[in-house]
Amino acid sequence: MKFGVVRFPGSNCEQDIVIACRYLGLDVGYIWHGDTDLSGFDAVVLPGGFSYGDYIRTGAVARFSPVMGEVVRFAERGGPVLGVCNGFQILTEAHMLPGAMLRNRGLKFICETVPLRVERSVCEWVDLPEGTVVRIPINHNEGNFTADVEALARLDSNGQVVLRYCEPDGSRAPGGSAPNGAADDIAGICNERGNVFGLMPHPERVVDPEASGTDGQPFFTSIVAHMAGV
Amino acid sequence: MARYEIFVTYKQGIFDPPGATAERALANLGYGEVESVKIGKYIRLEVVDGPGELARVAEMCDKLLANPVIEEYRIVEAGGADR
Repeated sequence: MKFGVVRFPGSNCEQDIVIACRYLGLDVGYIWHGDTDLSGFDAVVLPGGFSYGDYIRTGAVARFSPVMGEVVRFAERGGPVLGVCNGFQILTEAHMLPGAMLRNRGLKFICETVPLRVERSVCEWVDLPEGTVVRIPINHNEGNFTADVEALARLDSNGQVVLRYCEPDGSRAPGGSAPNGAADDIAGICNERGNVFGLMPHPERVVDPEASGTDGQPFFTSIVAHMAGV
Repeated sequence: MARYEIFVTYKQGIFDPPGATAERALANLGYGEVESVKIGKYIRLEVVDGPGELARVAEMCDKLLANPVIEEYRIVEAGGADR
C-alpha cells in the first residue's frame, strides 16, 4: 500500500508526513499539485501549510489545483483521503467534507499540544476505541470549524465526528473545550462513507517516541490495516 | 469595460471573530453606542463587456470569491471603468 502526499505551492508539512510514514515503515511518495494521475497510490494525503498563501480563504485556491479533480474521483471510487490542517481546510472548500473554517475565536494563531477524544465513527482512518484520549499538536489560525445546526446534527447521527477537543480526562467543558472555538468541539470529521477524513491536529508530528510520543501513529497505521482487511 | 464591486460578509448567525474583537475594542474605547461590527471583504473586478456578464460575476462569487457555506455577497455595478 502506497501513500501519496500532495505538494501544493505553500504546503509546508508534506515532508513531516513523508518522514512519519517512512518511520512507520510505510511506502510513501510525493504528488505534484499539477499532476492528474494518481495511479500507483492507494491513499492520498493533503498536508498542512499555507497553500496559495491562504489567499481569499484557506484552501479556496488549492481546491482548484489540477490534482484536486482526480482526488475527488479517487475518493468517489472509495479511495482513502486524509487532510491534515490546511488539508482539512481544502477538503471543506472542495465540499468533500461539510462545514467551513473561521478564524480562531480570540484571533490567536494557536500552536500547542492538546487532548483529543476519539468518538465512535465510521471513519476508516481511525480504529481507536471510543473515548480514547490522544495528545496531538494543533498549529493553525483558521481551525474554528462551523456548520449549520442541521449539518452538525447529521454529522453526529451519521457517526462522522471522529475527534473532539476535550479536557485532559476526556470530558468536555460546559463552555466548550475547543481552544479555537470550533462548533461542538469538533477537531476532525469524515464523510458519510468514512474514507475521507479531515482533522486540524497534526498526527504526523507524534509518531516517534524519541521525539514527541506515539499518539499519532494510529492515524497512519489504522488505514493500512483497514485496506488489508477490505 | 464594466466595474463591479463585491462585498463579502458572513451570513447571519455565523460568528465573526474579527468583528466581535473590533466590537469589544470600540466599547473599551468608549464607543458604547456601537451595537454590532461585521468585518468582511471588498473585491473590485474590471470585466470586459459581454453577454451574461452579471451572471458570470455571480458565478465567480459562488465558486471562488465567497464560500456560500458561511458567506453571502452583494454585487454592485460601479459603472464604466476609467479609460
